[in-house]
Amino acid sequence: MPLPFERPIEDLEAKIRDMRSYAAEQRIDLDEEIRLLETRLERLKVQTFADLSRWERVQVARAPGRPTGLDYVHSLFGGFQELHGDRTLGDDPAVVTGLARFDGRTVVVVAQQKGRDTKENIHRNFGMSHPSGYRKAMRMFDLADRFGHPVVTLIDTPGAYPGIAAEEQGQAWVIAESIRRMSRLRVPAVSVVIGEGGSGGALAIGVANRVLILENATYSVISPESCAAILWRDAAEAPKAAEALKLTARDLAELDVVDRVIEEPIGGAHKDPAAAMRSVGAALREELAALASEDPEALRRARHDRFRRLGRYVELDAVA
Amino acid sequence: MALERWFRRSRPTRSDDDPSPAGLWLKCEACSAQIYKKDLVAAAYLCPECGHHYRMPVEARIASLADEGSFERWSGRLGPADPLAFHDTEAYPDRMKRVQEKQGRPDAILTGAATLHDEPVALVVMDFFFAGGSMGSVVGEEIARAAERAADEDRSLVAITASGGARMQEGALSLMQLAKTTVALEGLAERRLPYVSVLTDPTTGGVTASFATLGDLIFAEPRALICFAGPRVIQQTIKQDLPEGFQRAEFLLKKGMLDDVVPRPRLKATLARSLRLLRGRAPVAADLAEEEVESTHAASV
Ligand SMILES: [Zn+2]
Repeated sequence: MPLPFERPIEDLEAKIRDMRSYAAEQRIDLDEEIRLLETRLERLKVQTFADLSRWERVQVARAPGRPTGLDYVHSLFGGFQELHGDRTLGDDPAVVTGLARFDGRTVVVVAQQKGRDTKENIHRNFGMSHPSGYRKAMRMFDLADRFGHPVVTLIDTPGAYPGIAAEEQGQAWVIAESIRRMSRLRVPAVSVVIGEGGSGGALAIGVANRVLILENATYSVISPESCAAILWRDAAEAPKAAEALKLTARDLAELDVVDRVIEEPIGGAHKDPAAAMRSVGAALREELAALASEDPEALRRARHDRFRRLGRYVELDAVA
Repeated sequence: MALERWFRRSRPTRSDDDPSPAGLWLKCEACSAQIYKKDLVAAAYLCPECGHHYRMPVEARIASLADEGSFERWSGRLGPADPLAFHDTEAYPDRMKRVQEKQGRPDAILTGAATLHDEPVALVVMDFFFAGGSMGSVVGEEIARAAERAADEDRSLVAITASGGARMQEGALSLMQLAKTTVALEGLAERRLPYVSVLTDPTTGGVTASFATLGDLIFAEPRALICFAGPRVIQQTIKQDLPEGFQRAEFLLKKGMLDDVVPRPRLKATLARSLRLLRGRAPVAADLAEEEVESTHAASV
């Protein structure tokens, strides 16, 4: 199912396909016509994706077929050894964690995982963690610190799960603790928002030295739907809320919430997952290489300072 | 969700606003007794009949905790910016201006130095009557500054929380205050200075998921709603009834999430005693007095 604004693109792609097979069947030369249409297609894609509204980008960030945490793990990292369980409550499938090799070093990976189909989505709880998932992530932070390996987190969640057990087990407590433990890491930490950065549930694994985001990913304090339900009293006003929340990669770069925006292939990561994953790999390689020579205390300090600075306010004395 | 209620209401209602100003009498929301408002205010916002804990205005809270004349205000020099040029049914700066006038402060927080039975502390008190106590950049920055200054001045930190969560109108910058307030607590930890949080009704969302639950000790007031996701959100998600007392202080105490539920009349003594014990000092007589209903002989706020 194409996203609504993708329909003209899909139509044109279908037309090119038809023309190709027609040319082959009839053994006639339509190369010129096809090239022309292809040029038009490229222009259409560029234009469409340059002009996407914030709400449309939310759709891209959530698009089926967009590479998930595990897709990145398998394509970018070698020798992945998944590590399960929080040693207290169980194992949360909404977060995948483990050890892997990347660019000649061992890294500790924490990836939020949505499903690639309905069955997996149910198994993964749509990428919404319970406290157990954050406890598992914290176990990974400790492991990374103990062995001196960098941490890579991949953020993709609508938010921490709002349920009875989650609340009873201290969802707020583990998110706060995870933020603290990650901020205290004495190893390099790089986070990449690959899809949806849903509020505290995302930030819990996002307290990194460098926070990267894919061009069409979003990161927000609240989902546009919930925001609309509160401020406009109607979840159907989500497009307005998305505009107001300034939740796109470019917005977040302007607010200093993210450090780097990773370009996606034209048409979005779901159109060319391999290319998207290559771009993420290249960015990760650069960031980790740059952090590799920093000493442990400087890394902790820099992360502390990065988050300590965030926010915009007015000094009233200066105004008066 | 508390914040939701706050934004929905068009005029003040009893539970969301300071119960003291208008009218002489009110019907207790817990026991239905007719109570004289002056009595409510004089009893630190406790129902004189049933002891129900009403939400407390910031100044009254400080008066009930700080030794008389000891409070010195730190906050108040920072005001909200409008980094997103946020506009819903109203522009964010207009909304802020209205609330600032009503509450008489630039944002939803008051911080300062005080003593609690002579124990030096930094006090951070959130104002739920200011935009639902929502945490934006100013609230985050004031908390961070108070924590850092407390560490510099060898004071313990006491935070009294009441908040609907992060402030939507500042978008992801509000979310980042969760991390900011968390890292700002490090100086206290490094200097072995205690940080105690007191969760009052309601403490929800991003505030619960950051500094509020990072206290070395965490206390809560009776019946306070304390949660990450609000009851309404959970109900919509799971489409089931919620258990009795769910997300209330007593429930969370049983679940092991709190150090204790402390009735308001005992709060000051409990805090002073705990802080002194943590700092390796012997409690003084006043810390051991269990009941000390503080009247509102105003500490100078
Ligand atoms: Zn009563």
